[in-house]
Amino acid sequence: MQALVIVGHGSHLNPGSSDPAFTHADTIRATGAFDEVREAFWKEEPSFREVLRTLESEEVFVVPLFISEGYFTEQVIPRELRLDDWDPEDWDSDGTDADHVTVRATDVDKTVHYCGPVGTHDSMSDVIVERAKSITDGPEVGDGFGLAVVGHGTERNENSAKAIHYHADRISDTGRFEEVKAVFMDEDPEVDDVTEFFEAEDIVVVPLFVADGFHTQEDIPEDMGLTDDYRKGYDVPSEVDGHRIWYSGAVGTEPLVADVILERADEAGADLADAIERVRQQTENDGAASAGD
Amino acid sequence: MSVADTSHDVETALVDAADDGIDFDGLVVEPSEDGYHWETPDEQATLGEDGLRERADGAYATNWYYWEHVVAGHDTPRRAFLRWLEGADDHAVPERYDALRGGHTRSWGELAVTAVLSEGGRRRYEVRHEDDLGEDVDAYTDPLEARHLVKHDDEGRYRPLSTAPSLPHGWAFVDLDGSDLVQTVDYVYPATVSNWHREREGDLDIDHWDDVADRQTGIYSIVEQLDDDALEWAAEACCVDSQCLKRREWDENDEEELDVPRGDGEFPCREPCSLFVAAARKFTTLEREESREYTFELTPAEKEQVEDIVDAVADGRTDEIREADVYEGANRYRARFLRAKRMDEHGLSGTPTYPEDHEDDHDEDGHGDDHDDHDEE
Repeated sequence: MQALVIVGHGSHLNPGSSDPAFTHADTIRATGAFDEVREAFWKEEPSFREVLRTLESEEVFVVPLFISEGYFTEQVIPRELRLDDWDPEDWDSDGTDADHVTVRATDVDKTVHYCGPVGTHDSMSDVIVERAKSITDGPEVGDGFGLAVVGHGTERNENSAKAIHYHADRISDTGRFEEVKAVFMDEDPEVDDVTEFFEAEDIVVVPLFVADGFHTQEDIPEDMGLTDDYRKGYDVPSEVDGHRIWYSGAVGTEPLVADVILERADEAGADLADAIERVRQQTENDGAASAGD
Repeated sequence: MSVADTSHDVETALVDAADDGIDFDGLVVEPSEDGYHWETPDEQATLGEDGLRERADGAYATNWYYWEHVVAGHDTPRRAFLRWLEGADDHAVPERYDALRGGHTRSWGELAVTAVLSEGGRRRYEVRHEDDLGEDVDAYTDPLEARHLVKHDDEGRYRPLSTAPSLPHGWAFVDLDGSDLVQTVDYVYPATVSNWHREREGDLDIDHWDDVADRQTGIYSIVEQLDDDALEWAAEACCVDSQCLKRREWDENDEEELDVPRGDGEFPCREPCSLFVAAARKFTTLEREESREYTFELTPAEKEQVEDIVDAVADGRTDEIREADVYEGANRYRARFLRAKRMDEHGLSGTPTYPEDHEDDHDEDGHGDDHDDHDEE
């Protein structure tokens, strides 16, 4: 038997924090590719400490629903899962190319394939583009549009910003958008000044965050001037300084993220049959159906 | 699956297994010179294959089939939990079947879990809030729904601790098989079945406070500074039965037990949870302050009222105090009266929290809460 465990941050305060993990888990469950699929959280239950013992499978694929490599993926998650033999060096990553490592957990008789986070997988670039399509209700979005990928910025480690730049560069290289920029909440270039960085009149703004919460629903809309009070809401698009801002909310809620989770497990050796293809088809349909909501 | 199908399955499985012998829950079947030796507490017989087939719809045979072919999963928490539900290790099969026909219920935290005998010895299960037994409530059959149903309490407040005694009412999961039942319970009270099973097997890995505090990094690394008294107070604040239904099995360390009652819960708590660690971080910063002497003027009734207010908040009773019940110290009008009379911009009884700041009349905002509570790392 093989199991998938999606590990997320969760929250003691915000009930919506775990929703993306639940939603993507359900999408993957429906494929039947895994005998068991379970969500686990740093701040909710089951905790990282106790999730492995809830599984009957001997083979477990653990995929962190986190944006960047660093404190959580390299210290907290392996420590709490009791992956004592794991060493960050095993990922051999420069900050954006962690893949997977096979280790044992010390409290259960199971093989654990510990994967790199969702946020730094190459196909996360596709999710950002998918997000841009769904928020503009434009499958062809790109011509005449700028794209801003928003990160938190000065967090515990430098990799946080690396992930944002990585995807911004990859999407820029495709030439799909007129301009692509990485912007941040807490460091330059700041999201507050987003309209200054683009020539294009239309700017799609996609925050590379897992879940919607204080930052994506309150801080960023106010910082960009979409609204003076987040409680009043804002339009999509909103007019700011002669630009139209298409603000998408957290990319982690995009249905296609389920595909990135599967890609991680697939690369770590999970037996998935045609699950990736089916999830891609389904989530692209879901994304199209939800566009403009 | 029809009764006939199930009966046929049991027959086939019984005949297949008889040559290797069966010894399960009071049923013994062994190959013998004249066919098979069949033994239950009620009957001993020597049978041919036809005789086995004739007994395939009896309680002992269907019980064997259910546990060995439907549930299977030897040594799993799932199987142990399902057996515990019907007292399988303590009661003979006919007695269990009698109880299961009308539905046999046990509690698990605030859950009532009911096992019912179904066709061919199969069991079906139901789970709901124990207060909702016999009530007409919304029925669900997909365990995944439980994640959303138990996320908020009856008042719509987010429940960050799944084992807080605030399980919402008004729902029931019905007509579940064993796997779906255990999955539902695991979504309501995550990992409780697994840890309970480990404890029964003598295999519960307890991590005491000292180890847990030592393991913390980042913003939580300071919790190891929480002193012994404060740890007791923290456990009294967070871990007693009125706050959490797990039975606390961790202590300060291997040698130092906490005095706070462990609780009477069915399932154990094997280490301080993330909520406890987050609260301990705040307690640690609060405990850094030294006590001071303040001089207040309060009437005896006002002193008691302050105590009433602390009690009402600590016991979660503020919602129960009626608007016009001015006999309750924690009544809103009473509290507003006290505030109007005894508090000004300097706080209680006009006494500044930091008198030294006011002597120089500057730095009014030099103290106050650290606003890092939303930093959830």
